[in-house]
Amino acid sequence: MAGGLAPWAIGTDTGGSIRQPAALCGIVGLKPTYGACSRYGMIAFASSLDQAGPLTRDVTDAALLFAQMAGHDSRDSTSLEHRWQIDRPRAEDLNGVRLGVPAELTGSEGGVDEGVRERFEEALELARRLGASIEPCRLEHAPHALSAYYLIAPAEASANLARYDGVRYGLRVDGTLDLISMYERTRAAGFGDEVKRRIMLGTYALSSGYYEAYYGSAQKVRTRISEDFRDAFDRFDFIVTPTSPWTAFELGSKTADPLAMYLNDFCTVPMSLAGIPAISIPCGLAEGLPVGFQLAGPAFSEGRLLDVAYALEQAIGFDGSAARARREASP
Amino acid sequence: MSSRAQYEPVIGLEIHVQLKTRTKMFCGCEVSFGDPPNTHTCPVCLALPGALPVTNGRAVHFGVMIGLALGCDIAERCLFHRKNYFYPDSPKAYQISQYDVPLCRGGQLGDVRIHRVHLEEDAAKLNHLGESGRIHGADRSWVDFNRCGTPLVEIVTEPDIHSAGQARDWLIVLRETLRQLGVSDVDMSQGSLRCDANVSVRPAGTNELGTKTELKNMNSFAFLERGIEAEIERQIDLLRGGDTVVQETLHFDPRSDRLTPLRSKEEAHDYRYFPEPDLVPLVTSEEMLKAARSELPTELPTERAARFERELGLSSARARELVFRPELGEYFERVLAAAEQAGGGDGSPDPVEIANWIPQLVTQIGPDADPAQTKVAPEALAELVAMVKAKTVSRDAAREVLVLLAKEGGNPRELVEREGLGAISAGEDGLSELVDQAIAADPNAAEQVRSGNMRAIGPLVGYVMRETKGRADGGDVTRLIRERLGA
Repeated sequence: MAGGLAPWAIGTDTGGSIRQPAALCGIVGLKPTYGACSRYGMIAFASSLDQAGPLTRDVTDAALLFAQMAGHDSRDSTSLEHRWQIDRPRAEDLNGVRLGVPAELTGSEGGVDEGVRERFEEALELARRLGASIEPCRLEHAPHALSAYYLIAPAEASANLARYDGVRYGLRVDGTLDLISMYERTRAAGFGDEVKRRIMLGTYALSSGYYEAYYGSAQKVRTRISEDFRDAFDRFDFIVTPTSPWTAFELGSKTADPLAMYLNDFCTVPMSLAGIPAISIPCGLAEGLPVGFQLAGPAFSEGRLLDVAYALEQAIGFDGSAARARREASP
Repeated sequence: MSSRAQYEPVIGLEIHVQLKTRTKMFCGCEVSFGDPPNTHTCPVCLALPGALPVTNGRAVHFGVMIGLALGCDIAERCLFHRKNYFYPDSPKAYQISQYDVPLCRGGQLGDVRIHRVHLEEDAAKLNHLGESGRIHGADRSWVDFNRCGTPLVEIVTEPDIHSAGQARDWLIVLRETLRQLGVSDVDMSQGSLRCDANVSVRPAGTNELGTKTELKNMNSFAFLERGIEAEIERQIDLLRGGDTVVQETLHFDPRSDRLTPLRSKEEAHDYRYFPEPDLVPLVTSEEMLKAARSELPTELPTERAARFERELGLSSARARELVFRPELGEYFERVLAAAEQAGGGDGSPDPVEIANWIPQLVTQIGPDADPAQTKVAPEALAELVAMVKAKTVSRDAAREVLVLLAKEGGNPRELVEREGLGAISAGEDGLSELVDQAIAADPNAAEQVRSGNMRAIGPLVGYVMRETKGRADGGDVTRLIRERLGA
């Protein structure tokens, strides 16, 4: 998308996989409300979190594409009819819009790179100039989101990926005339290290005797996080955070340290657990690399969310062209 | 006290019922039996990536009907769970079932309490080529996904059953109940009704439960009874020998009546249940309950049996017998109605007596025939029973009349006349002469009766009954002989 090779794209976001790449590449990514778009046809990873959404060059394209994607699908019981019409966004100011800035996710308590923080603050200032009110807020349980996510998502994934067992679908590696060895060889050969790690995590979290301590507790944290957002939306129209704590990193630089890799999703996972919509728009460059600005709203608030993102996008005036990025990167 | 009586078996049943819906539990494929393999499949029931389940509303409706018929509490809101296990009969490698929040809880059918009733999906059918007929040692195994995703209801009883025969009888009542609901074909040979049994034994008079085993593969009523019987024997033998029962799943082999372990403990499954995220909670609305109630039969078998006992004075065994096969109960009530219509010879009709004649009728017309489809009109049977009661025909002669009725139909009074089967009454000369003949023919027996040994009277009565071809009344004959011998 950033390279101009496609007019728009559809991605799936479980813990940030639309918003993260959008942020790191300087494009727009919208993770809709859970249930806003059908999941039918999506290869399931974590069914209660997976959601499809648009990846586009600007907010207008995101709105146009989302309007086509949203709605109930009789083949997906968890999909819902979208209650509000999605129009082409037109907002020119943010008068009366209340933005909440959670300390837990914005680096005021550490964990966000300096360059990212600066671009984020600048975008907040622009929002203020457009008429938005900006105040700090609390999402008390958000720092536990990653821990809960890495129990719930792998648990569901361990079941969703169990069908790749060599019997009916996909790769089969024959065993030694024995069913179990066929399963073992097929799954050993077919999955990569990270997938195996998650399957093992999830299987463990669901095991008899550990269920309550892990999966059960994670679901409780998930409920708390939803409640935090619900409370915050009593006072604020949208919650804003950086999309990613840092800019794009080198290929392979974090594969040796899975935990560092998981921290990428620190700012995006809470919204996934709460099932609420969130959009990432580019808000400038830090050391030549794009920085993403995330806005999250209540369930099914996509219409207003896109409108506000559009007004901010116009004010930021980010040039997402590859030429600009190259220019900025070379001193 | 025999060693067998020192132990009390405790049995609970787990019954799987295939629902007679048009389509599968979570997809639109047709529910079928016996069609060419893999002709009723789609991405959902084959578990292709990206496919999602959608709950079959009709299956839920049937589930609610079953719950109501069994007197269960229907949950206002229940959940589907994933039950994870690897086996080739499960293409998703998990079964969508219900776990801690099932559709129905509690309930009772006859003398057995229901623990729970829940909805789930059936697995695919495996066909193993090779000697063993099981997956281990098979040359090749084929998977037929036609059955995969067929809606199932699982009914779990409380451990309220205490003999193999009781288990069998109860399952027959359950089958009849489900058949009358019209929710399933309930055919054990085709697998639309399947029953596993949890069996344990404990010293008689104690309350603690012993270690249980789970019995599988008992796919007929007879196998269920024999399997449980064999397992009770095995467990009692173990305990008597000072051994302990090991908790395991056993496979019943009807050819040998032997039970072999199905899964070793090492392979014991941890199903890792968790709520199915692809489905939303199932909410049972008042309209759904109303719709299910409106389709329940007016009187279920257990209700009918209770009425037969309470209002007609039938024994519980006889009442059950009549409701096991509803056509027998139906016919019984028609005979009773006919008897009431006729007013009875000497007063009101006797339901117990009429009910006692139904098994005899079954003997004549064959075990599978519906009496209403035979030549024995309910009015005819009612009249025959009245004639027996009025002693215008003896019990033995009436049986002969029943044979004729079954063969050619007609009116019992005319048949009695035509065949000369009318009762010989006590006052008739012929009978008195025959009594004399009997005493003359067996002076030894006569002497014993005279000296007070009443058991010796049998041959004398037998003589008269033989000579009258059963037309005499046994009681009258006995009385006449005793009078004659002064005993």
